[in-house]
Amino acid sequence: MIPATFDYVRPDSLADAVSALSGGGEDAKVLAGGQSLMPMLRIRLASPTLLVDCSRLAELRGISDDGDAIVIGASTPHHDVMHDPLVMAHAPLIARTTAMVADPAIRHRGTFGGSLAHADPAGDLPTVSLVLGAQMVLAGPNGRRTVAASDFFVDYFTTALEPDEILVSVRIPKLGAGWGYDYQKFHRTAQAWAIVGVAAAVRRENGTIAEARVGLTNMAASPGRAATTESALAGAAANVDAIAAAAAHAADGTNPTSDLHAKADFRQHLARVLTGRAVRVAAGV
Amino acid sequence: MTATVEHVANIGRPLRRKEDARLLTGQTQWTDSIKLPGALHMTLVRSPVAHARITSVDKSAAEAMPNVVAVFTAADLGDLNARIPCVWPVTDDIVMPEFPVLAIDEVRHVGDVVAAVLATDAASAEDALEGVHVEYDTLPAVGDLEAALADGASLVHSSAGTNQCYTMNVPNGDYAAAKAASDVVVSRRFIQQRLIPSPMEPRAVAVSPMGTSGELTVWSATQIPHVLRVLLALSTGIPENRLRVIAPDVGGGFGAKLQLYREEILALVLANKLGRPVKWTETRSENMVATHHGRGQIQDIEIAATKDGILKGLKVTLTADMGAYLQIITPGIPLLGMFMYNGIYKMDAYDFSCTAVFTTKTPTDAYRGAGRPESTYAIERIMDELAAELGMDPLGLRRKNWITHEEFPYTTIAGLTYDTGNYEAATARALELFGYDELRAEQKRRRDSGDVVQLGIGVSTFTEMCGLAPSRTLGALKYVAGGWENCTIRVLPLGKVELVTGTSPHGQGHETAWSQIAADVIGVPVEDIEIIHGDTGRAPYGMDTYGSRSLAVGGQAILRAGEKVVEKAKLIAAHQMEANPDDLEFVDGAFRVKGDPERSTTIQAVAFEAFTAHNLPDGMEPTLSGESTVDPADFSFPHGTHLAAIEVDTETGKATVRKYVCVDDVGVQINPMIVEGQVHGGVAQGIGQALYEGAEYDDDGNLLTATLADYLIPSAADLPSFITDQTVTPSTTHPLGTKGVGEAGAIASTPAIINGVVDALRHLGVTDVTMPATPEAVWRTIVAAQSGAQA
Ligand SMILES: Cc1cc2nc3c(=O)[nH]c(=O)nc-3n(C[C@H](O)[C@H](O)[C@H](O)COP(=O)(O)OP(=O)(O)OC[C@H]3O[C@@H](n4cnc5c(N)ncnc54)[C@H](O)[C@@H]3O)c2cc1C
Repeated sequence: MIPATFDYVRPDSLADAVSALSGGGEDAKVLAGGQSLMPMLRIRLASPTLLVDCSRLAELRGISDDGDAIVIGASTPHHDVMHDPLVMAHAPLIARTTAMVADPAIRHRGTFGGSLAHADPAGDLPTVSLVLGAQMVLAGPNGRRTVAASDFFVDYFTTALEPDEILVSVRIPKLGAGWGYDYQKFHRTAQAWAIVGVAAAVRRENGTIAEARVGLTNMAASPGRAATTESALAGAAANVDAIAAAAAHAADGTNPTSDLHAKADFRQHLARVLTGRAVRVAAGV
Repeated sequence: MTATVEHVANIGRPLRRKEDARLLTGQTQWTDSIKLPGALHMTLVRSPVAHARITSVDKSAAEAMPNVVAVFTAADLGDLNARIPCVWPVTDDIVMPEFPVLAIDEVRHVGDVVAAVLATDAASAEDALEGVHVEYDTLPAVGDLEAALADGASLVHSSAGTNQCYTMNVPNGDYAAAKAASDVVVSRRFIQQRLIPSPMEPRAVAVSPMGTSGELTVWSATQIPHVLRVLLALSTGIPENRLRVIAPDVGGGFGAKLQLYREEILALVLANKLGRPVKWTETRSENMVATHHGRGQIQDIEIAATKDGILKGLKVTLTADMGAYLQIITPGIPLLGMFMYNGIYKMDAYDFSCTAVFTTKTPTDAYRGAGRPESTYAIERIMDELAAELGMDPLGLRRKNWITHEEFPYTTIAGLTYDTGNYEAATARALELFGYDELRAEQKRRRDSGDVVQLGIGVSTFTEMCGLAPSRTLGALKYVAGGWENCTIRVLPLGKVELVTGTSPHGQGHETAWSQIAADVIGVPVEDIEIIHGDTGRAPYGMDTYGSRSLAVGGQAILRAGEKVVEKAKLIAAHQMEANPDDLEFVDGAFRVKGDPERSTTIQAVAFEAFTAHNLPDGMEPTLSGESTVDPADFSFPHGTHLAAIEVDTETGKATVRKYVCVDDVGVQINPMIVEGQVHGGVAQGIGQALYEGAEYDDDGNLLTATLADYLIPSAADLPSFITDQTVTPSTTHPLGTKGVGEAGAIASTPAIINGVVDALRHLGVTDVTMPATPEAVWRTIVAAQSGAQA
């Protein structure tokens, strides 16, 4: 439970952090809240030679209003995110989902950006950021670039971040009025990760579902969208039967893993059940 | 209550626990906090495979690493490579394979120890593990208990020629005749999954070869410092009088620290060999594979009754997983259950048999309840199945068969004599608190409307045997030690008190409860009593803490030691006051001449007189103390009725405990708050077995649930607020009327939960679910029952 030897730096600016990271090469890693990274170091699943601590970089912390979007600094702790008025007003799905992440102690240390950069297939926030159409702002030696959530999550624990890049902030478009949300997290104990999670965002118009987005957690290596369900919902009546018919397709095309926590067919079954529940809540049915 | 506690001032009060501030803030000595100058830190090279021949060990790279002092293999240790003894050879022909501390030529479970590394700091010792290269020639893993017994099975211990450790049959009455006289026979196979005890503090040991007077001092996170000293002396040959064993504050045990472990022996022999302190602290990952597991049994249960629901007979056939080696009492665990399969019921015959099997898994041994959770589960589950078969209410069936309160003392079909009990009273109170009829009505509504969420009611009317144990009984069961307990009470010159106990608390609150008893017996304030425990140097005699024995047995020693103090003090007081001892009364710590209130003295004043010894009765020895060693007259039989309302989401299979009521009868309560705490923790642990926990292995013998992210333990957030209450039926074999409570919750709750899950789903054709009843397991059970129903 003692990590292998590593160097540690805590730069004062983002620029210094980027240069420390690129100077450290492939074996350098960003340290944010440490809630995922430190356990991996302690059980020696990872042995980086340099940790660049970005948890206190002012440029990476805090939440701001940017007109048609809100911007969440990558190093903002979960606890701050879920209680932030901007988040509650414009991205309540994030506030609601973050409250289901781990436990209070972990939420005080773990960060929003760390969750996304870590890209655990069972992570809840990657799915939510996908559903909300988030834009990731990355900084590297060659400056900044923006990557859409749909391109950011690449594979198990793998994102579009290059080894010398830092996730700076995340832009969450304001969806505006008329949208309802829900996140259904299925897990066995309060502190456990999702076996399957479903995020739903639904816009209602005159008793019908005008638009629906359904995101799936832990149904693949990266978060995905339940495309067939989404198109079946678009224009459908906002009632139990229509939602059930659409939710029956939530697992179409998925090929989830079978592991200790669930076999693939149970995951697919859960995806259908939870999609029905999430969409019903989001649609106010 | 005994006449000797004349004035009860503290017994029965829910005093806050004296020890909690330091335990909760961690401002105390855990074994890992003990710093020994010049200590070497030990880490262990463990087998990553379940079963293999060791073809080579190359430790040269590790030896060359910075700060590494030495690396030892079995070959390096030679004669110092001690064997772990098993002290409970349950049958004459039991197979007891050698259990060397460092594996010799062959490893037999993931986590088996191949080499020990010593370095001057903990980080270097951990780094050096990567420098020991072991080559393994893999042998077949042995996981499935029944396959392990089949002809031609791969062997865990090839020299034994079999995977069978022992087999035994104990018939009570004529089961065949009882069955023949029955109208209904119900049989089920229940699986007691393996559990990982997971105390909050993992194990740790520190050994100093230079004690204050030349002895070797062993600090260990153990439940059993006294027994450990004997076992360390036995296994290493180091004379017992050169060993001092200390259990400092210990962060939970649940039976997992009722053990002699390889690491304790290694730290001791290496410290002794090198003349330097050696320290080892278990990691959580090690704990999952290297600390013994619990349960691990297949239970084939058959119950026979008349059509009116009168029990005739019970047949129990166990197949028990020993794991790779026998730890100290591994083979005896099923026997601790053997006496209790009949539970609280009367019947004509009970046939018990058990076959114990070696597997290439971590050894099993005692885990909270040790044998009794298994037996209670079996009888309480099968009673529900029988009730369903007979179309009876589960409590109605129980009422027909349980021992009524007028029938005590009652000798059961298993041969134990239950001294007292009142199952009617506990059940009546539980029903009142539970709202049984309303919940049954809601259950019906949900069934009728086909609600997604179904409701089930789980019943468990349990008893258990604890307070281990009358020494002669242990002898008859071939257990190699006794079951007595010791206490010394010393009233110091200025009137403060030292109470030296042989029990060894690791979270139970002995410091508070023992103070309450002693305060009432010798008449001093609770705060004036210091409890000394867990150190063979300061508390030389004891049998330690396990099996809900500390109050049940140790409490008797406290009482008698206190009585001896009072007897002696009374003689001194009488002498000083020139009165006849028979004319003195002792109230609230004062000796008074009856009818002459002016003439009195206090126990504190007497203690000072005993110290100066200027004016003692002729021939009396100075000092004021009393010592007692008590061998209990019998086991202790707490009982209770637990009722659970379980909601099952039939779409996801998730079972949630909505309401949990338990009425426990643990006799006279010394501290009701501590009792409640024990019940809460126990109930939670039993729910853990029912719904969450289970050690899962793959076919190659790898533990899959090897972290606490995969081995799920429920927390307060997953549990309802338990509703607890008590009935008090004093034990007649204990002078204070108390019974044990440490394991009751864990014994009672598991069947209550599973009975509730099955009850919620019975109308769908479900007659059993396997444990842990995970959502997936429950969902598959529903799917299978429904497709079976359609077919
Ligand atoms: C017991 C437990 C339960 C949990 N349960 C859940 C759960 O149910 N759902 C859930 O979603 N999460 C859960 N988490 C994870 C939690 O959300 C973590 O906070 C999160 O995964 C990582 O955030 P962090 O700030 O701690 O990142 P760290 O652990 O510091 O880093 C994680 C990874 O991200 C990289 N990284 C971090 N920040 C940046 C950045 N700005 N730029 C580039 N790379 C970066 C690091 O290099 C590292 O590889 C749980 C964690 C624990 C310990």
